Amino acid sequence: MYSIINQLTNQLVNYTLYLADSNLILTQRNAAWCGHGPILEQDIAITNITLDLIGQSRNFYQYAAQLINQSTNQLTVVTEDSLAYLRTEREFKNLLLVEQENGDWAQTIVRQFFYSVYQYLLYEKMQHSKDEQLAGIAAKSLKEVTYHVKWSSEWVVRLGDGTAESHERMQHAIAELWPYTGEMFLPADYETAMLAEGIAPDVSLLKEEWLKKVSDVFSEATISSPIGGGWEGAAFMHSGGKNGIHTEKLGYILSDLQYLQRTYTGAEW
Amino acid sequence: MQSRESEIITNSKILETSKVPPVEGFKEAVFSLLQQVPDPEIPVLSILDLGIVRDVKIIPSTLGGGEEEVEIVITPTYSGCPAMDMISMDIRLKLIEHGYKNIKITSVLSPAWTTDWMTEDGKRKLVEYGIASPKMQSDLSDTPPICPQCKSPDTKLLSQFGSTACKALYQCNDCKEPFDYFKCH
Repeated sequence: MYSIINQLTNQLVNYTLYLADSNLILTQRNAAWCGHGPILEQDIAITNITLDLIGQSRNFYQYAAQLINQSTNQLTVVTEDSLAYLRTEREFKNLLLVEQENGDWAQTIVRQFFYSVYQYLLYEKMQHSKDEQLAGIAAKSLKEVTYHVKWSSEWVVRLGDGTAESHERMQHAIAELWPYTGEMFLPADYETAMLAEGIAPDVSLLKEEWLKKVSDVFSEATISSPIGGGWEGAAFMHSGGKNGIHTEKLGYILSDLQYLQRTYTGAEW
Repeated sequence: MQSRESEIITNSKILETSKVPPVEGFKEAVFSLLQQVPDPEIPVLSILDLGIVRDVKIIPSTLGGGEEEVEIVITPTYSGCPAMDMISMDIRLKLIEHGYKNIKITSVLSPAWTTDWMTEDGKRKLVEYGIASPKMQSDLSDTPPICPQCKSPDTKLLSQFGSTACKALYQCNDCKEPFDYFKCH
Protein backbone atom coordinates (compact mmCIF):
# COMPACT_ATOMS: atom_id res chain seq x y z
CA MET A 1 0.00 0.00 0.00
CA TYR A 2 2.91 2.33 0.72
CA SER A 3 6.65 2.10 1.15
CA ILE A 4 8.68 4.34 3.37
CA ILE A 5 12.39 4.50 2.78
CA ASN A 6 13.39 6.09 6.06
CA GLN A 7 13.67 3.18 8.50
CA LEU A 8 12.92 5.19 11.61
CA THR A 9 9.79 6.78 10.14
CA ASN A 10 8.72 3.36 8.98
CA GLN A 11 9.01 2.00 12.52
CA LEU A 12 7.09 4.97 13.91
CA VAL A 13 4.34 4.30 11.38
CA ASN A 14 4.30 0.61 12.33
CA TYR A 15 4.12 1.48 16.00
CA THR A 16 1.28 3.96 15.45
CA LEU A 17 -0.59 1.42 13.33
CA TYR A 18 -0.18 -1.22 16.04
CA LEU A 19 -1.85 1.15 18.52
CA ALA A 20 -4.59 2.05 16.02
CA ASP A 21 -5.27 -1.53 14.91
CA SER A 22 -5.61 -2.94 18.43
CA ASN A 23 -8.26 -0.36 19.23
CA LEU A 24 -10.06 -0.76 15.91
CA ILE A 25 -10.38 -4.53 16.13
CA LEU A 26 -11.68 -4.39 19.68
CA THR A 27 -14.12 -1.72 18.51
CA GLN A 28 -15.40 -4.02 15.79
CA ARG A 29 -15.81 -6.87 18.29
CA ASN A 30 -17.52 -4.78 20.97
CA ALA A 31 -19.80 -3.09 18.46
CA ALA A 32 -21.51 -6.45 17.89
CA TRP A 33 -23.02 -6.00 21.39
CA CYS A 34 -24.93 -2.91 20.27
CA GLY A 35 -28.57 -3.70 20.88
CA HIS A 36 -27.69 -7.05 22.49
CA GLY A 37 -26.28 -6.00 25.89
CA PRO A 38 -27.61 -7.83 28.97
CA ILE A 39 -29.50 -4.73 30.13
CA LEU A 40 -29.95 -1.31 28.56
CA GLU A 41 -27.44 0.53 30.80
CA GLN A 42 -24.71 -2.01 30.06
CA ASP A 43 -25.49 -2.03 26.37
CA ILE A 44 -24.93 1.72 26.51
CA ALA A 45 -21.78 1.32 28.60
CA ILE A 46 -20.05 -1.12 26.25
CA THR A 47 -20.96 0.94 23.20
CA ASN A 48 -19.77 4.15 24.87
CA ILE A 49 -16.44 2.48 25.67
CA THR A 50 -16.32 1.39 22.07
CA LEU A 51 -16.95 4.94 20.92
CA ASP A 52 -13.94 6.09 22.94
CA LEU A 53 -11.86 3.31 21.37
CA ILE A 54 -12.79 4.20 17.81
CA GLY A 55 -12.07 7.87 18.51
CA GLN A 56 -8.62 7.04 19.87
CA SER A 57 -8.05 4.72 16.96
CA ARG A 58 -8.93 7.49 14.47
CA ASN A 59 -6.41 9.79 16.13
CA PHE A 60 -3.70 7.17 15.66
CA TYR A 61 -4.70 6.40 12.04
CA GLN A 62 -4.79 10.09 11.13
CA TYR A 63 -1.30 10.50 12.52
CA ALA A 64 -0.04 7.40 10.70
CA ALA A 65 -1.58 8.67 7.44
CA GLN A 66 0.09 12.05 7.91
CA LEU A 67 3.47 10.40 8.52
CA ILE A 68 3.09 8.18 5.47
CA ASN A 69 2.02 11.01 3.19
CA GLN A 70 4.95 13.13 4.33
CA SER A 71 7.47 10.38 3.70
CA THR A 72 6.48 8.95 0.35
CA ASN A 73 6.16 10.64 -2.98
CA GLN A 74 3.44 8.33 -4.19
CA LEU A 75 0.50 9.89 -5.96
CA THR A 76 -2.07 8.00 -3.92
CA VAL A 77 -2.82 9.77 -0.69
CA VAL A 78 -3.22 7.49 2.31
CA THR A 79 -6.07 8.34 4.68
CA GLU A 80 -7.35 7.04 8.01
CA ASP A 81 -10.03 5.22 6.03
CA SER A 82 -7.69 3.54 3.56
CA LEU A 83 -5.55 2.35 6.47
CA ALA A 84 -8.55 0.82 8.23
CA TYR A 85 -10.44 -0.51 5.22
CA LEU A 86 -7.86 -1.48 2.65
CA ARG A 87 -5.01 -3.20 4.44
CA THR A 88 -4.83 -6.96 4.50
CA GLU A 89 -4.79 -9.32 7.45
CA ARG A 90 -1.00 -9.64 7.45
CA GLU A 91 -0.69 -5.85 7.58
CA PHE A 92 -2.79 -5.57 10.73
CA LYS A 93 -0.67 -5.40 13.86
CA ASN A 94 -3.34 -5.69 16.53
CA LEU A 95 -2.90 -7.81 19.63
CA LEU A 96 -4.29 -11.34 19.37
CA LEU A 97 -6.30 -10.69 22.52
CA VAL A 98 -8.63 -8.15 20.91
CA GLU A 99 -9.57 -10.37 17.95
CA GLN A 100 -10.82 -13.18 20.19
CA GLU A 101 -14.55 -13.86 20.09
CA ASN A 102 -17.11 -12.04 22.20
CA GLY A 103 -18.26 -15.33 23.71
CA ASP A 104 -20.63 -14.61 26.58
CA TRP A 105 -20.76 -11.37 28.59
CA ALA A 106 -18.05 -12.74 30.91
CA GLN A 107 -15.62 -13.25 28.04
CA THR A 108 -16.29 -9.77 26.66
CA ILE A 109 -15.74 -8.29 30.14
CA VAL A 110 -12.48 -10.18 30.72
CA ARG A 111 -11.12 -9.17 27.30
CA GLN A 112 -12.01 -5.53 27.97
CA PHE A 113 -10.54 -5.67 31.46
CA PHE A 114 -7.21 -7.16 30.29
CA TYR A 115 -6.94 -4.65 27.47
CA SER A 116 -8.07 -1.58 29.44
CA VAL A 117 -5.59 -2.21 32.26
CA TYR A 118 -2.84 -2.61 29.65
CA GLN A 119 -3.92 0.54 27.79
CA TYR A 120 -3.99 2.47 31.04
CA LEU A 121 -0.42 1.51 31.97
CA LEU A 122 0.82 2.05 28.42
CA TYR A 123 -0.75 5.48 27.92
CA GLU A 124 0.29 6.59 31.38
CA LYS A 125 3.90 6.22 30.21
CA MET A 126 3.28 7.26 26.62
CA GLN A 127 1.90 10.66 27.60
CA HIS A 128 5.56 11.56 28.26
CA SER A 129 6.69 10.30 24.83
CA LYS A 130 9.16 12.40 22.89
CA ASP A 131 6.73 12.22 20.01
CA GLU A 132 4.36 15.08 20.78
CA GLN A 133 1.43 13.74 18.80
CA LEU A 134 1.54 10.31 20.46
CA ALA A 135 1.97 11.99 23.84
CA GLY A 136 -1.10 14.14 23.17
CA ILE A 137 -3.25 11.21 22.08
CA ALA A 138 -2.11 9.18 25.11
CA ALA A 139 -2.87 11.96 27.59
CA LYS A 140 -6.33 12.44 26.13
CA SER A 141 -7.10 8.71 25.90
CA LEU A 142 -5.88 8.06 29.43
CA LYS A 143 -8.79 10.01 30.88
CA GLU A 144 -11.23 7.84 28.94
CA VAL A 145 -9.48 4.56 29.70
CA THR A 146 -9.61 5.36 33.43
CA TYR A 147 -13.38 4.87 33.22
CA HIS A 148 -13.01 1.68 31.20
CA VAL A 149 -10.74 0.15 33.85
CA LYS A 150 -13.17 1.11 36.58
CA TRP A 151 -16.19 -0.25 34.75
CA SER A 152 -14.62 -3.53 33.65
CA SER A 153 -13.07 -4.14 37.12
CA GLU A 154 -16.48 -3.73 38.72
CA TRP A 155 -17.95 -6.27 36.32
CA VAL A 156 -15.15 -8.77 36.97
CA VAL A 157 -15.98 -8.55 40.68
CA ARG A 158 -19.74 -8.68 40.14
CA LEU A 159 -19.55 -11.80 37.99
CA GLY A 160 -16.68 -13.51 39.78
CA ASP A 161 -18.22 -13.01 43.20
CA GLY A 162 -21.78 -13.45 41.92
CA THR A 163 -23.68 -16.68 41.42
CA ALA A 164 -22.15 -20.12 40.95
CA GLU A 165 -22.87 -19.86 37.24
CA SER A 166 -21.42 -16.37 36.74
CA HIS A 167 -18.32 -17.45 38.68
CA GLU A 168 -17.94 -20.52 36.49
CA ARG A 169 -18.31 -18.45 33.33
CA MET A 170 -15.65 -16.01 34.54
CA GLN A 171 -13.20 -18.82 35.25
CA HIS A 172 -13.88 -20.21 31.80
CA ALA A 173 -13.41 -16.82 30.10
CA ILE A 174 -10.12 -16.24 31.91
CA ALA A 175 -8.82 -19.67 30.97
CA GLU A 176 -9.72 -18.93 27.33
CA LEU A 177 -8.10 -15.51 27.17
CA TRP A 178 -5.13 -15.83 29.48
CA PRO A 179 -2.81 -17.34 26.82
CA TYR A 180 -3.27 -14.19 24.70
CA THR A 181 -2.05 -11.78 27.39
CA GLY A 182 1.68 -12.55 27.23
CA GLU A 183 2.07 -10.90 23.84
CA MET A 184 1.30 -7.47 25.28
CA PHE A 185 4.63 -7.45 27.12
CA LEU A 186 6.81 -8.86 24.32
CA PRO A 187 8.14 -5.93 22.31
CA ALA A 188 7.97 -6.11 18.53
CA ASP A 189 10.90 -4.70 16.53
CA TYR A 190 9.16 -1.39 16.05
CA GLU A 191 8.54 -1.08 19.79
CA THR A 192 12.21 -1.71 20.52
CA ALA A 193 13.21 0.85 17.89
CA MET A 194 10.78 3.42 19.28
CA LEU A 195 11.89 2.70 22.84
CA ALA A 196 15.43 3.60 21.83
CA GLU A 197 14.11 6.93 20.51
CA GLY A 198 12.27 7.74 23.73
CA ILE A 199 8.96 7.46 21.84
CA ALA A 200 7.53 4.15 23.08
CA PRO A 201 7.40 2.94 26.69
CA ASP A 202 9.17 -0.30 27.61
CA VAL A 203 6.30 -2.80 27.57
CA SER A 204 8.30 -5.48 29.36
CA LEU A 205 8.29 -3.18 32.40
CA LEU A 206 4.50 -2.91 32.40
CA LYS A 207 4.01 -6.59 33.10
CA GLU A 208 4.51 -6.52 36.84
CA GLU A 209 2.06 -3.68 37.40
CA TRP A 210 -0.45 -5.24 35.04
CA LEU A 211 -0.26 -8.55 36.91
CA LYS A 212 -0.68 -6.79 40.21
CA LYS A 213 -3.79 -4.90 39.15
CA VAL A 214 -5.30 -7.97 37.51
CA SER A 215 -4.60 -10.29 40.43
CA ASP A 216 -5.90 -7.73 42.95
CA VAL A 217 -9.21 -7.48 41.13
CA PHE A 218 -9.38 -11.25 40.63
CA SER A 219 -8.80 -11.91 44.30
CA GLU A 220 -11.59 -9.46 45.20
CA ALA A 221 -13.72 -11.37 42.69
CA THR A 222 -12.84 -14.70 44.38
CA ILE A 223 -11.31 -15.91 41.13
CA SER A 224 -8.42 -18.32 41.22
CA SER A 225 -5.37 -18.18 39.00
CA PRO A 226 -5.91 -19.81 35.61
CA ILE A 227 -2.49 -21.40 35.64
CA GLY A 228 -2.45 -22.77 39.15
CA GLY A 229 -0.11 -21.79 41.91
CA GLY A 230 0.36 -18.21 40.89
CA TRP A 231 0.10 -15.64 38.15
CA GLU A 232 3.68 -15.70 36.92
CA GLY A 233 3.82 -19.38 35.99
CA ALA A 234 5.11 -20.53 32.66
CA ALA A 235 1.77 -20.85 30.91
CA PHE A 236 1.97 -21.15 27.14
CA MET A 237 1.47 -17.77 25.54
CA HIS A 238 0.49 -17.08 21.92
CA SER A 239 2.19 -14.28 20.06
CA GLY A 240 2.46 -12.90 16.53
CA GLY A 241 -0.35 -10.36 16.29
CA LYS A 242 2.02 -7.40 16.58
CA ASN A 243 3.82 -8.72 13.51
CA GLY A 244 0.76 -9.57 11.46
CA ILE A 245 0.53 -13.28 12.30
CA HIS A 246 -3.01 -13.70 13.52
CA THR A 247 -5.47 -16.31 14.68
CA GLU A 248 -7.99 -17.38 12.04
CA LYS A 249 -10.53 -15.05 13.63
CA LEU A 250 -9.10 -11.83 12.23
CA GLY A 251 -9.94 -12.72 8.64
CA TYR A 252 -13.62 -12.99 9.49
CA ILE A 253 -13.55 -9.67 11.33
CA LEU A 254 -11.90 -7.91 8.40
CA SER A 255 -14.26 -9.40 5.85
CA ASP A 256 -17.13 -7.84 7.79
CA LEU A 257 -15.33 -4.58 8.48
CA GLN A 258 -13.91 -4.05 5.01
CA TYR A 259 -16.63 -5.55 2.83
CA LEU A 260 -18.28 -2.30 1.83
CA GLN A 261 -15.12 -0.37 0.94
CA ARG A 262 -13.68 -3.30 -0.96
CA THR A 263 -16.87 -3.85 -2.93
CA TYR A 264 -17.76 -0.21 -3.51
CA THR A 265 -14.42 1.56 -3.25
CA GLY A 266 -14.71 5.10 -1.95
CA ALA A 267 -18.39 4.75 -1.04
CA GLU A 268 -19.59 7.50 1.28
CA TRP A 269 -22.82 8.46 2.96
CA MET B 1 -28.88 34.72 5.09
CA GLN B 2 -27.66 38.31 5.32
CA SER B 3 -25.60 39.74 2.52
CA ARG B 4 -21.87 39.82 2.86
CA GLU B 5 -21.69 43.57 2.38
CA SER B 6 -23.94 44.35 5.32
CA GLU B 7 -21.88 42.10 7.53
CA ILE B 8 -18.65 43.78 6.60
CA ILE B 9 -20.27 47.04 7.59
CA THR B 10 -21.26 45.51 10.89
CA ASN B 11 -17.70 44.43 11.45
CA SER B 12 -16.25 47.79 10.63
CA LYS B 13 -18.76 49.36 13.01
CA ILE B 14 -17.40 47.17 15.75
CA LEU B 15 -13.93 48.29 14.80
CA GLU B 16 -14.92 51.94 15.03
CA THR B 17 -16.80 51.76 18.27
CA SER B 18 -14.46 49.46 20.16
CA LYS B 19 -11.38 51.61 19.41
CA VAL B 20 -9.10 48.60 19.44
CA PRO B 21 -6.58 47.57 16.82
CA PRO B 22 -8.35 46.03 13.83
CA VAL B 23 -7.19 42.49 14.50
CA GLU B 24 -8.49 42.57 18.08
CA GLY B 25 -11.85 43.88 16.93
CA PHE B 26 -12.15 41.06 14.46
CA LYS B 27 -11.38 38.54 17.15
CA GLU B 28 -14.16 39.84 19.37
CA ALA B 29 -16.58 39.73 16.48
CA VAL B 30 -15.66 36.12 15.80
CA PHE B 31 -16.02 35.20 19.49
CA SER B 32 -19.48 36.74 19.62
CA LEU B 33 -20.45 34.56 16.66
CA LEU B 34 -19.00 31.45 18.30
CA GLN B 35 -21.13 32.20 21.37
CA GLN B 36 -24.12 31.56 19.07
CA VAL B 37 -22.92 28.09 18.01
CA PRO B 38 -24.66 25.53 20.25
CA ASP B 39 -23.39 22.13 21.28
CA PRO B 40 -25.47 19.75 19.13
CA GLU B 41 -26.11 17.33 22.01
CA ILE B 42 -26.81 19.93 24.70
CA PRO B 43 -28.14 22.94 22.79
CA VAL B 44 -28.40 25.18 25.89
CA LEU B 45 -24.59 25.27 25.95
CA SER B 46 -22.59 27.19 23.40
CA ILE B 47 -19.25 25.84 22.31
CA LEU B 48 -17.66 28.66 24.32
CA ASP B 49 -19.54 27.57 27.47
CA LEU B 50 -18.22 24.07 26.89
CA GLY B 51 -14.64 25.32 26.76
CA ILE B 52 -13.70 23.59 23.52
CA VAL B 53 -12.64 26.74 21.63
CA ARG B 54 -8.95 27.08 22.42
CA ASP B 55 -8.04 30.00 20.19
CA VAL B 56 -9.15 32.30 17.42
CA LYS B 57 -6.44 33.50 15.10
CA ILE B 58 -6.88 36.22 12.54
CA ILE B 59 -4.25 36.05 9.87
CA PRO B 60 -4.21 39.37 8.01
CA SER B 61 -4.27 39.17 4.26
CA THR B 62 -0.84 39.47 2.75
CA LEU B 63 -2.21 40.38 -0.64
CA GLY B 64 -3.77 43.80 -1.06
CA GLY B 65 -7.55 43.66 -1.02
CA GLY B 66 -7.62 39.98 0.02
CA GLU B 67 -9.66 38.53 2.85
CA GLU B 68 -8.30 37.83 6.30
CA GLU B 69 -8.06 34.20 7.24
CA VAL B 70 -9.91 33.18 10.38
CA GLU B 71 -8.59 30.13 12.15
CA ILE B 72 -10.66 28.55 14.91
CA VAL B 73 -8.74 26.13 17.11
CA ILE B 74 -10.96 23.60 18.85
CA THR B 75 -10.29 20.56 21.03
CA PRO B 76 -12.50 17.48 21.21
CA THR B 77 -14.29 16.65 24.45
CA TYR B 78 -13.97 12.86 24.10
CA SER B 79 -11.83 11.19 21.40
CA GLY B 80 -14.86 9.55 19.81
CA CYS B 81 -17.37 12.35 20.33
CA PRO B 82 -19.52 12.23 17.17
CA ALA B 83 -20.59 15.85 17.74
CA MET B 84 -17.15 17.19 16.79
CA ASP B 85 -17.68 16.95 13.03
CA MET B 86 -21.02 18.66 13.39
CA ILE B 87 -19.52 21.38 15.57
CA SER B 88 -16.85 22.10 12.93
CA MET B 89 -19.54 22.33 10.28
CA ASP B 90 -21.72 24.59 12.44
CA ILE B 91 -18.79 26.94 13.09
CA ARG B 92 -18.06 27.12 9.38
CA LEU B 93 -21.70 27.78 8.49
CA LYS B 94 -22.06 30.47 11.14
CA LEU B 95 -18.96 32.30 9.90
CA ILE B 96 -19.93 31.96 6.22
CA GLU B 97 -23.37 33.32 7.08
CA HIS B 98 -21.65 36.42 8.47
CA GLY B 99 -19.46 37.04 5.47
CA TYR B 100 -16.23 35.30 6.41
CA LYS B 101 -14.63 33.51 3.51
CA ASN B 102 -11.26 32.09 4.47
CA ILE B 103 -12.09 29.84 7.37
CA LYS B 104 -9.81 27.23 8.79
CA ILE B 105 -10.82 24.93 11.63
CA THR B 106 -8.02 23.15 13.41
CA SER B 107 -8.40 20.47 16.04
CA VAL B 108 -5.76 20.10 18.74
CA LEU B 109 -5.54 17.26 21.26
CA SER B 110 -3.09 18.71 23.69
CA PRO B 111 -3.61 19.90 26.37
CA ALA B 112 -6.51 17.50 26.73
CA TRP B 113 -9.93 19.05 27.28
CA THR B 114 -11.20 19.07 30.83
CA THR B 115 -14.60 19.94 32.26
CA ASP B 116 -12.75 22.50 34.39
CA TRP B 117 -12.78 24.69 31.27
CA MET B 118 -16.55 24.83 31.25
CA THR B 119 -17.71 28.35 32.17
CA GLU B 120 -19.67 29.06 35.38
CA ASP B 121 -22.46 30.38 33.20
CA GLY B 122 -22.36 27.12 31.25
CA LYS B 123 -22.63 25.07 34.43
CA ARG B 124 -25.62 27.11 35.57
CA LYS B 125 -27.37 26.62 32.21
CA LEU B 126 -26.64 22.90 32.37
CA VAL B 127 -28.37 22.53 35.76
CA GLU B 128 -31.36 24.56 34.58
CA TYR B 129 -31.57 22.19 31.62
CA GLY B 130 -31.77 19.22 34.02
CA ILE B 131 -28.18 17.92 33.85
CA ALA B 132 -26.03 17.97 36.99
CA SER B 133 -22.85 19.94 36.34
CA PRO B 134 -19.36 18.47 36.66
CA LYS B 135 -17.39 19.13 39.81
CA MET B 136 -13.88 20.56 39.58
CA GLN B 137 -11.02 18.10 39.16
CA SER B 138 -9.47 19.41 42.37
CA ASP B 139 -12.58 18.25 44.25
CA LEU B 140 -11.58 14.76 45.38
CA SER B 141 -14.60 14.15 47.62
CA ASP B 142 -16.85 11.28 46.61
CA THR B 143 -20.09 13.15 47.31
CA PRO B 144 -22.61 12.43 44.54
CA PRO B 145 -24.00 15.27 42.42
CA ILE B 146 -27.00 17.27 43.63
CA CYS B 147 -30.31 16.42 41.97
CA PRO B 148 -30.94 19.10 39.33
CA GLN B 149 -34.72 18.67 39.80
CA CYS B 150 -35.35 18.87 43.57
CA LYS B 151 -31.83 19.92 44.70
CA SER B 152 -31.54 16.98 47.08
CA PRO B 153 -27.94 15.91 47.82
CA ASP B 154 -29.14 12.32 48.35
CA THR B 155 -28.53 10.71 44.94
CA LYS B 156 -27.08 7.44 43.67
CA LEU B 157 -25.13 6.28 40.62
CA LEU B 158 -27.06 4.04 38.23
CA SER B 159 -24.47 3.76 35.47
CA GLN B 160 -21.11 5.34 34.78
CA PHE B 161 -22.10 5.62 31.13
CA GLY B 162 -25.14 7.61 30.13
CA SER B 163 -26.86 8.79 26.98
CA THR B 164 -23.65 10.31 25.59
CA ALA B 165 -19.94 9.72 26.23
CA CYS B 166 -19.73 12.75 28.51
CA LYS B 167 -22.53 11.79 30.88
CA ALA B 168 -23.24 9.30 33.68
CA LEU B 169 -26.69 8.26 34.86
CA TYR B 170 -27.83 9.03 38.42
CA GLN B 171 -31.07 8.79 40.34
CA CYS B 172 -32.36 11.00 43.12
CA ASN B 173 -33.29 9.10 46.28
CA ASP B 174 -35.76 11.82 47.29
CA CYS B 175 -37.75 12.72 44.18
CA LYS B 176 -36.83 9.39 42.49
CA GLU B 177 -36.15 11.11 39.18
CA PRO B 178 -33.25 9.71 37.16
CA PHE B 179 -30.92 12.40 35.81
CA ASP B 180 -27.77 12.86 33.73
CA TYR B 181 -24.55 13.98 35.35
CA PHE B 182 -21.96 15.66 33.15
CA LYS B 183 -18.89 13.65 34.21
CA CYS B 184 -15.87 15.39 35.65
CA HIS B 185 -13.25 14.77 32.98
